[in-house]
Amino acid sequence: MTDRTAPARARVLAAMPLTRRRAVETRRRPLIPRRLVRIVGGAALPFAILAAWQLTTSLRLFTIAQLPSPWMVLGAGVELIQRGLLGQYVAISSQRVLVGFAVGASLGLALGATTGLARAWDVFFGSTLGAIRAVPSLAWVPLLILWLKIGEESKITLIAIGAFFPVYTTVSAALRHVDRQLVEAGRAFGLHGARLFTTVQLPAVLPSVISGLRLALAQSWLFLVAAELIASSTGLGFLLVDSQNNGRVDRILLAIILLAVLGKTTDALLGVFEKWAIRRWT
Amino acid sequence: MPLAIVPDDSSRSRPPTQAPLTNTKYEVEFVAVGRAFASERRRHGAPVSGHLVVRDISLSIAPGEVVAILGASGCGKSTLLRIAAGLDSPSAGVVRIDGSPVAGVDARCAVAFQEPRLLPWRTLAGNVGLGLPRESRRQDAALRVAELLDLVELTAFANHRPREVSGGMAQRTSLARALARNPGVLLLDEPFGSLDALTRLKMQDLLLDVHAAAPTTVLLVTHDVDEALQLADRVVLLGTEPGREGATIREVLGVPGQRPRDRGSAELAELRATLLAGLGIDRHTH
Ligand SMILES: Nc1ncnc2c1ncn2[C@@H]1O[C@H](COP(=O)(O)OP(=O)(O)OP(=O)(O)O)[C@@H](O)[C@H]1O
Ligand SMILES: [Mg+2]
Repeated sequence: MTDRTAPARARVLAAMPLTRRRAVETRRRPLIPRRLVRIVGGAALPFAILAAWQLTTSLRLFTIAQLPSPWMVLGAGVELIQRGLLGQYVAISSQRVLVGFAVGASLGLALGATTGLARAWDVFFGSTLGAIRAVPSLAWVPLLILWLKIGEESKITLIAIGAFFPVYTTVSAALRHVDRQLVEAGRAFGLHGARLFTTVQLPAVLPSVISGLRLALAQSWLFLVAAELIASSTGLGFLLVDSQNNGRVDRILLAIILLAVLGKTTDALLGVFEKWAIRRWT
Repeated sequence: MPLAIVPDDSSRSRPPTQAPLTNTKYEVEFVAVGRAFASERRRHGAPVSGHLVVRDISLSIAPGEVVAILGASGCGKSTLLRIAAGLDSPSAGVVRIDGSPVAGVDARCAVAFQEPRLLPWRTLAGNVGLGLPRESRRQDAALRVAELLDLVELTAFANHRPREVSGGMAQRTSLARALARNPGVLLLDEPFGSLDALTRLKMQDLLLDVHAAAPTTVLLVTHDVDEALQLADRVVLLGTEPGREGATIREVLGVPGQRPRDRGSAELAELRATLLAGLGIDRHTH
């Protein structure tokens, strides 16, 4: 959870007067660099879990069918790589997430901007979108399969639905709370329409937009697995169902670990972007 | 937001390159202007009648004239400036600039707000640049911004962000942003409010220099009687009449003498006494 608090910390630092900020920063430059602490500290628990896992399997507390050892999971991965399947699964799943995320986030941005800027559109769209949002993700699956078949479109649509809402809600809310005095100053200097939006409103909400994007990306992975579990012939979600049917716990664990790593990596990339944006735009 | 650009852009043809500019100055006319704000809270469903802030403001300001508006806090000074800039519309009456009524944000005006209102993510230079007329070319723009920052003595801070500078520096940036527009009407809402005494005097002189170099019509809101007497051709005193809602013009006083004026002159001392008495007018019946 360390990187949830990081933006908040950056924001607190940013709000401080320069002199105090410097004082805090110098006080914070300790014997061991902070980055190293973060890496080592963050890796400690995963390694501990791995060790505990290895220990329980060595002691045979569970049968192999229940809990295979870390090495067996690794072996399963190597085998799938050699058959050329794992690379394909990861690639197709990542592609679905990225495409779905791009579509959903763009729509969320556009609609969030529309409703956040004009009260009338908010009234018009607000309740409908709120109701659609209340539909549990899995409820869409039968409909999407019937309409769009089991092809890529149905999965990407589901992921896009998942990515849409976090972006839509954060952007719309943030735009409604942009400092009115700043907007008025922009108008007084001849800005209106798109130029007012890009000069004043968008920069003002950029940090919130990016945290909305991070939430949306997490949702995209969630909806990916939902889509692939139910109807697919390839991808990490398919690996999960397939392995469940074949009783291959090692592959299930492999897929779970891969999803964790992929989700965390993409989130970290957006996190770096978020940090940059907060430094640049506040 | 439809921007009501009154067809005057050709008349203020001024290439932004020439720094001390040949700008146009406009006549500003308030005709029976009033502004009431609807009460937001309704009591038991019955709408409470609107809250009248200013009423019956009629004032004609000659092109190039500097008029100071004095009045107690909350009497509607900022409201009047916002109406003149087209950021707010009057509930009664009309404001005319150069004969044409103000409708929507008026491109002939530039405002320095009571608060600096700088974009936090832009440097001071970037914020001043926001004020430049849109047609200015990039290279000229950079020159002009540098010049204006120099004018308000902020060259060293050109690349600082607003939160890294003091309140007074932010206010000077806001003044430079308004000057960047090279407007036909300059609306200043307590532009020197958060400056120390010395910087305040310097900035007043600066405003006079700018005005002498490129005369423009200036409407200046201030709390400071001496500032009004130092800068203005006329001082308008706003206040409420006993027993009536809404502030209106209580007095319009011409200030004698050429600027810069001798701050200690007896004539000004007398005017100062009148104005100070006028500011306390709400309590005594005059
Ligand atoms: N948007 C608004 N809605 C409701 N009332 C408003 C609004 N804007 C201003 N007012 C009211 O108008 C009155 C005058 O406000 P204004 O800001 O013009 O005062 P001012 O003379 O500039 O005061 P100060 O010297 O303190 O800046 C205040 O009583 C304020 O409550
Ligand atoms: Mg005011």
